[in-house]
Amino acid sequence: MSRLIVGPFNRVEGDLEVKLDLEDGVVRSAQVVSPLYRGFERILQDKPPLDALVYAPRICGICSVSQSVAAARALADAQGLDVAESGRVAIDLIHAAENVADHLTHFYLFFMPDFAREAYAGEAWHATAAARFRALAGTAAEEVLPARTQLLHLMGILAGHWPHTLGIRPGGSTRRVTANEQARLAGIISAFRRFLERTLFADTLERVGALQGADELSAWRHEKPATAGDFRHFLAISEALGLDSLGRAGSLFMSYGAYAAAGGHLFDRGLWRAGAPAPFDASLVTEDTANAWYQPSQGPRPPAAGETLPTDGTGGGYTWCKAPRFAGETAEVGAVARQLVNGHPLIRDLVGSGSANVHVRVTARVLEIALVVMAMERWIQNLKPNGEFCNHGPMPDDCEGVGLTEAARGALGHWLKVEHGRIANYQIIAPTTWNFSPRDAQGNPGALELALEGAPVRPGETEPVAVQHIVRSFDPCMVCTVH
Amino acid sequence: MTKRPLNLLWLQSGGCGGCTLSLIGAEGPDLLTSLAAAGIEVLWHPSLSAETGREALAVLERVLSGETPLDILCLEGSVMRGPNGTGRFHIMAGTDRPVMDWISDLAAVAGHVVAVGSCAAFGGITAAGDNHVEACGLVYDGTEPGGLLGHGFRAKSGLPVVNIAGCPIHPDWLTETLHQIAAGRFDRSQLDEWERPVGYTNHLVHHGCSRNEFYEFKASAERLCDLGCMMENLGCKGTQARADCNIRVWNGSGSCLEGGYPCINCTAPGFEEPGHSFTATPKVSGIPVGLPTDMPKAWFVALAALSKAATPARLKTNATSDHVAIAPHDKHKRRP
Repeated sequence: MSRLIVGPFNRVEGDLEVKLDLEDGVVRSAQVVSPLYRGFERILQDKPPLDALVYAPRICGICSVSQSVAAARALADAQGLDVAESGRVAIDLIHAAENVADHLTHFYLFFMPDFAREAYAGEAWHATAAARFRALAGTAAEEVLPARTQLLHLMGILAGHWPHTLGIRPGGSTRRVTANEQARLAGIISAFRRFLERTLFADTLERVGALQGADELSAWRHEKPATAGDFRHFLAISEALGLDSLGRAGSLFMSYGAYAAAGGHLFDRGLWRAGAPAPFDASLVTEDTANAWYQPSQGPRPPAAGETLPTDGTGGGYTWCKAPRFAGETAEVGAVARQLVNGHPLIRDLVGSGSANVHVRVTARVLEIALVVMAMERWIQNLKPNGEFCNHGPMPDDCEGVGLTEAARGALGHWLKVEHGRIANYQIIAPTTWNFSPRDAQGNPGALELALEGAPVRPGETEPVAVQHIVRSFDPCMVCTVH
Repeated sequence: MTKRPLNLLWLQSGGCGGCTLSLIGAEGPDLLTSLAAAGIEVLWHPSLSAETGREALAVLERVLSGETPLDILCLEGSVMRGPNGTGRFHIMAGTDRPVMDWISDLAAVAGHVVAVGSCAAFGGITAAGDNHVEACGLVYDGTEPGGLLGHGFRAKSGLPVVNIAGCPIHPDWLTETLHQIAAGRFDRSQLDEWERPVGYTNHLVHHGCSRNEFYEFKASAERLCDLGCMMENLGCKGTQARADCNIRVWNGSGSCLEGGYPCINCTAPGFEEPGHSFTATPKVSGIPVGLPTDMPKAWFVALAALSKAATPARLKTNATSDHVAIAPHDKHKRRP
């Protein structure tokens, strides 16, 4: 048995180290280390409750709006305040713009550049992939950055700017949309659709969104040359490398439900356990600090009673990340979980009754780009410039609230307690806290730790390329993970 | 003769990565074109570069050994000194060594050192609350000179640390500074008293604010989402904050004020602890504590009283409405 430490693990958002125990050319076990602690839960102590809307988005520059939405929902829950209907639509649009931009950033800037690595120089597809996706220098980046920037013009209209808007409130959005701005929003999303249909899919969003299963996906991919659209390009490489056998984690998936405007959720809340739906109950979420650098917490705690008391970072534990569990179990969160829970036939077929893998994680994310952009077009048409955008209400001196939402990379929850008009406790569990969790007190690994077991390591590799694909397939956000 | 490209190295520490995310939204031109135009090559950036693990550490080692010249070092995020000065709240992955030590060593060999965002400049949001993580900026700890490198620090170019303060930065604030540096035209005269580029801090956020007419008549918003001036009631610091946010728009057309919420003075040291709720204006005897820049209090009180008395009905009504309830209208022409 030999140990390999990979870090700084880049093209993830934030800081990551992965410790691997190797034997016979495969990873036997892995420890995932989140090496940065900033202490937002402590920063929020004793603050005026609504000031959470200034601090929370600044947990993360890439999931900023998701953090705002979770905080606003926790506050609204504590206030007993309903969200104004048009404000809800505006917030969904802001949130969707962030999530779609994140999926795009992940695919083009974080994930695909690994196929340009020299380790693949002998592969038939390497030269073409490298020319297209090489970090900072490939032809894709220069097309994607302007398209992403134009999409984010939605933020200039709806949210002031991105990241770190203060426009998302418990009762709605501070920014009413005028009729001419509604027209501009429609223009922006239409231009973005054009980019996707030309560059990412080489096909219509409708066609991609309606793919029914693995066979249809395969047939679709073979309709055109492998490089017709960057998604096809990925599918071809994924097939060549067998990415569907790489990075298998557990079979429990969880989604808090995404985009609330459609009278419920666009993507449902729930669990998916080994091929079947299962009921979700927020009261079964706990956090355990047995293997993290915190003071002992006398067993796992529900987040509403959670505490954040860091040690000096030496001694017991190997990360600043706590270990969240659902009814004591490790869950995987993200686009795969959302689409399994919501019943998308392609993703359900690809996962079956088993676990996710590198291939399906990337596919689910790209599929969501198509699904969410089509939804955004509908929401823009449904915006009512004369509607109500923001409700207002008092903040009780003593109250509690929970805010659950979905960031691009999965389930995000905020738990808030107010006493004497000030924040008495604030606990955050982010998507990558779930996916990159350390072992819990029972020794059960987190989703990535499990997914890395069995990963092949080629002779002489110090940054095993299979490990890189597996880690990045989760689209980790490390600044959210520990916060 | 062609000039050697300038090498840029980017590190992240106690921050959110939001300045990078803002930066890759640069437009007119996009970031990659902008860097190419300035003749800047990225040696390594944690979000954008290919190199990972040992490959990335090798890049840093080559810089420290002098094999690769380092022209520009950018730090995003606060310096993490805690707990108890050990820096263990942020260890550089793969090295078991505090990131603050890597920053010190790299700053010592850098031609220019740029603090990207208010965290790297002053400590920023990460230094809020009781700052149990001992977060600070490169040469400031909040408003106090010092920080990691000490206020007397000079990069090899002779310039102090350049503080691109903001939470987040506007992409142009950094790209323009980089272009000026690359052209050899960035000197001390380009820095204000907090070593921020005067290109954006010679302005107040108030300049170009589309709510100026409400300000002139002290027609104030009462709730977030109202159209009126947010200075009197909603904590807006635009008349004091130094930045060109309403002259140079964000994400195509926006700004905090355009978004319907107040300026929180995010380019200033210590903005993270205003001593009051961010969205409420502290007042003494009904007069806001923070007055517009360079405005004598007596004048402000007198002018405010006068302009309030003269506020037209249109502004008075619109100030507390979330839409234009009364539009400007040509008196000589009726609407059909």
